[in-house]
Amino acid sequence: MPSLLFCGPKMAACGMVISIWGVIMLAMLGIFFSAKSAVLIEDVPFTEEDIRNDQHPPQNIYGLYSQVGINCFIAAAVYVAVGAVSLCQVRLNKRQEYMVT
Amino acid sequence: MGELFRSEEMTLAQLFLQSEAAYCCVSELGELGMVQFRDLNPDVNVFQRKFVNEVRRCEEMDRKLRFVEKEIKKANIPTIDTGENPEVPFPRDMIDLEATFEKLENELKEINTNQEALKKNFLELTELKHILRRTQQFFDEMEDPNLLEESSALMEGNEGGRGAPLRLGFVAGVISRERIPTFERMLWRVCRGNVFLRKAEIEDPLEDPTTGDQVHKSVFIIFFQGDQLKNRVKKICEGFRASLYPCPETPQERKEMLAGVNSRIDDLQMVLNQTEDHRQRVLQAASKTMRVWFIKVRKMKAIYHTLNLCNIDVTQKCLIAEVWCPVSDLDSIQFALRRGTERSGSTVPSILNRMQTKQTPPTFNKTNKFTSGFQNIVDAYGIGNYREINPAQYTIITFPFLFAVMFGDMGHGLLMTCAALYLVIRESRLLAQKTDNEMFNMVFAGRYIILLMGIFSVYTGIIYNDCFSKSLNMFGSGWSVRPMFGPKGANWSFETLEGNAVLQLDPAIPGVFNGPYPLGIDPIWNIATNKLTFLNSFKMKMSVILGVIHMIFGVSLSLFNHLYFKKPLNIFLGFIPEIVFMSSLFGYLVLLVFYKWTAYDAFTSKDAPSLLIHFINMCLFNYSDPTTKSLYAGQMGIQVLLVLIALACVPCMLVVKTMVLRRQHLWKKHLGTQKFGGVRVGNGPTEDEAGIMDHDQLSQHSEEGDEFDFGDVAVHQAIHTIEYCLGCISNTASYLRLWALSLAHAQLSEVLWSMVMHLGLSSRSGGGFFGLTIIFAAFATLTVAILLIMEGLSAFLHALRLHWVEFQNKFYSGQGFKFVPFSFESILDGRFDE
Repeated sequence: MPSLLFCGPKMAACGMVISIWGVIMLAMLGIFFSAKSAVLIEDVPFTEEDIRNDQHPPQNIYGLYSQVGINCFIAAAVYVAVGAVSLCQVRLNKRQEYMVT
Repeated sequence: MGELFRSEEMTLAQLFLQSEAAYCCVSELGELGMVQFRDLNPDVNVFQRKFVNEVRRCEEMDRKLRFVEKEIKKANIPTIDTGENPEVPFPRDMIDLEATFEKLENELKEINTNQEALKKNFLELTELKHILRRTQQFFDEMEDPNLLEESSALMEGNEGGRGAPLRLGFVAGVISRERIPTFERMLWRVCRGNVFLRKAEIEDPLEDPTTGDQVHKSVFIIFFQGDQLKNRVKKICEGFRASLYPCPETPQERKEMLAGVNSRIDDLQMVLNQTEDHRQRVLQAASKTMRVWFIKVRKMKAIYHTLNLCNIDVTQKCLIAEVWCPVSDLDSIQFALRRGTERSGSTVPSILNRMQTKQTPPTFNKTNKFTSGFQNIVDAYGIGNYREINPAQYTIITFPFLFAVMFGDMGHGLLMTCAALYLVIRESRLLAQKTDNEMFNMVFAGRYIILLMGIFSVYTGIIYNDCFSKSLNMFGSGWSVRPMFGPKGANWSFETLEGNAVLQLDPAIPGVFNGPYPLGIDPIWNIATNKLTFLNSFKMKMSVILGVIHMIFGVSLSLFNHLYFKKPLNIFLGFIPEIVFMSSLFGYLVLLVFYKWTAYDAFTSKDAPSLLIHFINMCLFNYSDPTTKSLYAGQMGIQVLLVLIALACVPCMLVVKTMVLRRQHLWKKHLGTQKFGGVRVGNGPTEDEAGIMDHDQLSQHSEEGDEFDFGDVAVHQAIHTIEYCLGCISNTASYLRLWALSLAHAQLSEVLWSMVMHLGLSSRSGGGFFGLTIIFAAFATLTVAILLIMEGLSAFLHALRLHWVEFQNKFYSGQGFKFVPFSFESILDGRFDE
């Protein structure tokens, strides 16, 4: 059976840490973007036209806010996957350690 | 002041150890690790001491063990660390141990020589086998009639009429492959081309028996004619370290020989395998007890080394040791001595006798795993004087706090806390792993410092309202834009918004500012363009306040030192002028800061004066400028008074103290004391310690510090005063680094966010998550590398400097020497250098 192990114990641990951090931080960012946080306005990619051509004033901006929020949530989900893969790698690494000794 | 805040009270004690019990007693003391032995024969050469022989024997055993350990490592056998702490063997067991090690070493050496001989034999046979195989081919070619024809046809011209085939001699051998080209050239030149060389490479590398390296070799065979050439060829082979083997001439013989060699190789292989097995068994058995043996031998060596420091009584009945030990541990030391005596089976108890001495004892601060990191920070600057106030306790809080003022960010603080928590929670497991990584060990030793630094950073992050350079709006901002519109407000309209890029909110208009944010800084400042102006003013004032408080605390601690060492002069002419000077100038400045914060509101803030101008004017007595409005009524009188008081303190420290010291000295000289022999006899009223000081060893070091040099004292006092007064100003300015570094940290994290994270977030399409995922990984890596590690180190260094220079020079002299107890634990960890 081909081994599914493709990274060492340090790499796997690094992946675990970064994915935990990523999931928490990106999910929080997603929530804040969905809540239309004013502090995050600098990170919303709006242009002059979005404000000028708005029929119901903040709707365009709000739409962009939700778009970025959704991106954040998806990225968080990606990190959940990365975390799961890293967890498997950690397990496999441990098992291999037992097998060798 | 409680005992907690100073180093342990130490005492010098004499130990009278019965010579038969001395060994066991010292071993018990080593297990306890609470006494520091003094060298009582400093003028005796190392080789003339009593237990040199034993130390040498231990050294020899250690060497043997290291040899065995090296062999074990070479054989890749893991040694087991059971964590067991074996007792010290009795001196009589030393012979047994020696015999064991001797036997082990000899056995190993014998096995090694045998194995080497066998391997050499094996190599020779293998080479012979290869020669026989390869040369067969050459001979076949030679016998080939076609070739023979050709060669004889060629030779015909030179030597006329030879019908019979030539009788050619030959030698065969093996040479390492890289030598072949030079070998060939040499043969050609020396024999003038009259030899014929054939060679063939051996595919498998052969093992060199002495070095164990893998060597590639080639088989060669040289044909020649005549004895002259034969001699030459042999000499060349010798020179090139080629090994020659006899090779029979007839194919029949060669075949027989090959069969013989093959069977011998098989036999030899079997013997070799058995030798290797035997060696493995011996090493395996040794590796199990290796660690325990090492500990035993090292402990024994340490004991004999310590016994060498003791004085041998004239009667040879007992050894006299002098030790420094903490007074609080005298009981446990007594108990250890009793145990040692019992263990040795001696009936006469060992005696511990406290001695009076004028020598300064070593400084010993008891620490645990939590406080040791902070104590190390203090000790790195200088070991405190004996019984001096120990700043480590205050450092536990002030160090992480000052660090956090510079590192204030909730997100970064949280990451740091998590990392430190990991180290703290897995502490025992990480300790057991014992890595050699120096960086990791350093971080691990400071895990509690890092934990506190992280927690405090979260706190200051909340106060600064910074989380990865973004603010959290937890309680709702106190500012509102809506009241600015309309006639009641500032008459803002949509045209105003169109026409201006930046607009300023006016807190004086009702409804715009609804009171301060409940905790920390209002999140609205995060998107304001004048954020830096506001934060700089706030952080600058905050650093001055923290600095002045920290320094006044340091000066106050010096009071407890003066009280403890009973130096009233230092209190009245040192501490009091110092603290008055500090508080009348900088304490007043801090009060002004608080006054300015509370006395002006949104309506009057236009009139708020600049504190800096006021402070400069105060020192210059300049009150004539009509443009600077006074802060409060009667300001001029109070300020003039304060400056005058501060100025009056300077001569107090500078001149008065020196004069008083001189008068005291003259008075003492008038009374006078005299020394007779080693005994000091005083005719003053308080000299009742005569006769105690007549110990030989002590009188060497104890010197009478009665010399009074007026010039020296005056210069010293002048330097101290100038340093303090100028220091007050420069140190206060130095605390501004708190502001500077916290600004740098905040700006750096903002730059990181806008240059990296912003890129990932600002995607209008639905596929933006892909970029975001990758960019987040980059953001995380950069955050850890730049903001956590680099910025963390710089903030750590600055916090360290603030403690060492600005805080500790107010009260801490740090000129003591450290208590280094004789303890097996530190010897085995390799921390103790003999």
